[in-house]
Amino acid sequence: MDALKHTPLYDLHVELGAKMVPFAGYDMPVQYPMGVMKEHLHTRAAAGLFDVSHMGQVILSGADWEAVARAFETLVPMDVLGLEDGRQRYGFFTNEAGGIEDDLMFARRGEDILVVVNAACKQADIARLKAALEPDVRVTPLEDRALIALQGPGAEAVLAGLDARAAAMRFMDVADLELGGTAVWASRSGYTGEDGYEISVAPGDAEALVRALLAQDAVEAIGLGARDSLRLEAGLCLYGHDIDAATNPVEAALTWAIQKVRRQGGARAGGFPGAAAILAALDSGAARKRVGLLPEGRAPMREGVVIYDAAEGGTAVGTVTSGGFGPTVGGPVAMGYVAAQAGAIGTSLWGEVRGKRLPLSVAKLPFVAAGFKR
Amino acid sequence: MKFTEEHEWLREEDGEMVVGITIHAAEQLGDVVFVELPDEGITVSKDDEVVVIESVKAASDILAPVDGVITEVNSALTDNPGMVNDDPQGEAWFFKMKISDPEQMADFMDEAAYQKFIG
Repeated sequence: MDALKHTPLYDLHVELGAKMVPFAGYDMPVQYPMGVMKEHLHTRAAAGLFDVSHMGQVILSGADWEAVARAFETLVPMDVLGLEDGRQRYGFFTNEAGGIEDDLMFARRGEDILVVVNAACKQADIARLKAALEPDVRVTPLEDRALIALQGPGAEAVLAGLDARAAAMRFMDVADLELGGTAVWASRSGYTGEDGYEISVAPGDAEALVRALLAQDAVEAIGLGARDSLRLEAGLCLYGHDIDAATNPVEAALTWAIQKVRRQGGARAGGFPGAAAILAALDSGAARKRVGLLPEGRAPMREGVVIYDAAEGGTAVGTVTSGGFGPTVGGPVAMGYVAAQAGAIGTSLWGEVRGKRLPLSVAKLPFVAAGFKR
Repeated sequence: MKFTEEHEWLREEDGEMVVGITIHAAEQLGDVVFVELPDEGITVSKDDEVVVIESVKAASDILAPVDGVITEVNSALTDNPGMVNDDPQGEAWFFKMKISDPEQMADFMDEAAYQKFIG
């Protein structure tokens, strides 16, 4: 196996006493001495700082915005062309079968697109982009650039104290900021369901910036453990678990991310991989769907738990794809796929944990209301 | 107090053994969010899975350290699993058992040996 890679913040994580674990080829902090539970609660109450530099950052550039946007639209079922300068959108790469190859965020920065993709998929994503877009559109991976997230209700005050323009950004805006003299690219978005920012910064500036942020009372370093419980409570998908190459966006309940202009009857309908399958599914619905699952007892229901429609006997109607304890909810939370007829909010189902069927109900996502500044 | 290689402790009290997990084990587990205790009165054999603990990270089984009968369980843990992190070698005992073969205790470590074991 190859040696684990380090982000520009590796030494700082070790200095802070983080427990480091392998994740997507990187040695990453899963938790700090505070522990997952307190890190999670701190993020929802104040501000949590996450190192997400393992994620892929890629610039797409070309003759002009229209050329770049139209090229990127051949890979994703999103309205790219209509994205205003300084705005960001959620999206995903699809395959010919209509499955999801990776999910991503893309932002318009002038005539360019900045794409942020999952760490585990980034090599495949870069290869996909190069194969499809070059030479007309240049694909430039920002291999070493750091990415940090500052999330929580206290994030705005912290960043605005360094650059007042941070407060003027709305949810899904992107802007250039100067944080204590350091030039960064910021977006007002994240993966926790809280208000907050993701900050792309040159590798040599990352540690000093993070130290300056951590010096503020509201800010604590948060590991990947709490990042996972925060996104689960927020109802957000984890690629490779809640969505994958065999999941189409309709069953994944991600149709909100496919704008009308790319759907049947839209001005730029189809024209992305798997368009026939996805447009048909948009029309006919899916046999299964991703839903929130709320266990009634205290026992967490984790990935792989099979869901039944009866306490005894009955039929297997689904599977948990992400599950665990939700510190803000104060109990177990999960999401997974169930047969469409079992997917109505409030439906009583049972998950089999250690040979016992335990009751749960289909629940509305997110489990914790979003704190976005729209 | 005696310690096992499975990171459990046993403390004799009124002719019974009180059983819990060590401070080291609790630290390794992380925040405990769920504890499932056995029924009182059941007969167990050494290495039977008798308790399930779930932390924010994963589920773990606690094994019966010796043969015997479970006489009492600490039901306070069911409502307040976080006690396992707060006081693993005190208030957060899991169960008491009447042991059937005291010789099974012979291999267990004293505190000094356990500290050396966990290095």
